[in-house]
Amino acid sequence: MGRGMSDILAIIPAFNEEGAVGKVVEEIRRLRPAVDVVVIDDGSTDETADVARKAGARVISLPFNLGIGGAVQTGFKYATEKGYDVAVQVDGDGQHRPDQIPILLDALRQEGIDVVIGSRFLSSGGYTTSLVRRIGVHVFVLVNSILLKRRITDNTSGFRAYNRKAIEFLAEHYPYDYPEPESVIILGRNGFRLAEVPVLMREREHGRSSISAFWSMYYMIKVLLAIFMTLFKKYR
Amino acid sequence: MEFRLQLFSILVGVVLLGIIFQLMRKNRLLEQYSLLWIASAVILIVMAVWQDVWVKISSMIGILYPPSTLFLVAIICGMVIALHFSVVISGLKRQNNKLAQEMGLLRGEMESLKREKGIEQESAE
Repeated sequence: MGRGMSDILAIIPAFNEEGAVGKVVEEIRRLRPAVDVVVIDDGSTDETADVARKAGARVISLPFNLGIGGAVQTGFKYATEKGYDVAVQVDGDGQHRPDQIPILLDALRQEGIDVVIGSRFLSSGGYTTSLVRRIGVHVFVLVNSILLKRRITDNTSGFRAYNRKAIEFLAEHYPYDYPEPESVIILGRNGFRLAEVPVLMREREHGRSSISAFWSMYYMIKVLLAIFMTLFKKYR
Repeated sequence: MEFRLQLFSILVGVVLLGIIFQLMRKNRLLEQYSLLWIASAVILIVMAVWQDVWVKISSMIGILYPPSTLFLVAIICGMVIALHFSVVISGLKRQNNKLAQEMGLLRGEMESLKREKGIEQESAE
């Protein structure tokens, strides 16, 4: 697939987001400097791929649903193949505001920063969330503080920017499901320098969060186990 | 030990071996996945034939009712096989993931090549 003009690639994972993904793509394409956009259609059964293509994105359609981790990793593989210097990960459901992307990119330009995480909790953006989720958020902050010896406030945020080094690493090692908190640890423990900047996010416009109340417990246990295991794995 | 239990255990082991052999012969079971099953069936038969050995083992590890050693060994065999399958499934999932990603990337590449060359896309409609 031919490359676009930019050195920056926006990776948008989307599973049945026909109602939201078009607007996300259009807003990103209005940014200056220009950013190329690839939508990873994660086995959608609706018109996600067509909507994204019409909005001007390149579309990679996966043959079936891999989940967020497999979809985002496909984006890293694409970026690696096409030689992009910078990747920005933006959710296809519209909760990440494209007008906040320059904030991430500015932070990434700082000396020695490999990954920038957009945080809801560093800003006063009035982000509401359930009690279970708030507890989960604090658990991740605690665990990551212990393991990385530094504080990352928004470990579940998928609104991130990566440099070339991080892109190539994650093309190999991005986790499968519920990848966000785990990837923070993997990156941190493999010598990548992380930065966190405050960003504004929207409430979800379409559909519900992929994590309902019942699955919150499973999510927590699975992610904590995965994080625990990263301490004993080798990443080459 | 009861002679009937001995006979029954041997029978089960032999039938299991027969089923495994048939599956392998018809290429429905790969040799590498049959090894654990064969081992389980053989262990079952061996235990049933040389019962005095495992009666001794039973008292050694503190099992008062020797036939339950037979069940214990059968359960352990089943668990080892199940664990083995979990490992196999994890490997398959990894490969499956990679295949799906490669396929998506290649399909994208192909579509854009077609577009560049101006070839009409064959549509399934």
